[in-house]
Amino acid sequence: MNILLIAIGGFFGAITRYFIANKIPLIKGTFPSATFFVNLTGSFVLGFLMGIMPPTKWALFIGVGFLGSYTTFSTFKVEMIRQFQEKKWKPALAYMLLSYFGGILLAFLGYISGDNL
Amino acid sequence: MMNYLAVGLGGMAGSVIRYMISLGTMNIGTAAFPYGTFIANILGCFFLGLLTGLNEKKEIIPKPIMLGLGTGLIGSLTTFSTFSVETVRLYEHSSIYMAGLYVLLSAGVGLLLAGSGFYLGQKRSEKVVSNG
Repeated sequence: MNILLIAIGGFFGAITRYFIANKIPLIKGTFPSATFFVNLTGSFVLGFLMGIMPPTKWALFIGVGFLGSYTTFSTFKVEMIRQFQEKKWKPALAYMLLSYFGGILLAFLGYISGDNL
Repeated sequence: MMNYLAVGLGGMAGSVIRYMISLGTMNIGTAAFPYGTFIANILGCFFLGLLTGLNEKKEIIPKPIMLGLGTGLIGSLTTFSTFSVETVRLYEHSSIYMAGLYVLLSAGVGLLLAGSGFYLGQKRSEKVVSNG
């Protein structure tokens, strides 16, 4: 039953990420904005959910399934490899730092907002 | 439409595999380190690097398979939201050092494996191109 909930969530999470990737172009051709957008928004929403609710079936469906698939780590890293390959060092460094600081900060802010609700 | 279906089905498989890995690694070690997400993330980095490298010189892998496997399965096997939330949790329940270690290890090993995968794939891709 848990597996089924995660599978359905994962199906829609991946599709939503792909949809956004098709809609958001690269900023100036160097910054992977779509992945950046999904990773930051996903971190905030997951933090928020963890703040408001005790682990339930919904947490599995939305958290592990949908948001787990909506955000991605591998694409983020391969995009950095691509930036290295094109010798775009500064955008690569900016992408890395903004993703980690932004993602963790937003997860934290989401958690506090959810917890205080 | 077919592209979306490929991504969705891949996403289904990727998220279930990630869940299995996290269940399977739940009792590893004594520290509160998120082994499951870590393993899923670094494995995914290697394989996505490999796929991307393989298609570098010539399209060896057709687009629908690339979308299903790369964007769908591997994209969903790895996760950033869980990684961020786990970092906050490590800081809260363990220590800032554990949280920092988790971020540094994920960033370093992930990048290294994505780069190695890409390099290996690209080598293979060059061979295919030179052999016609």
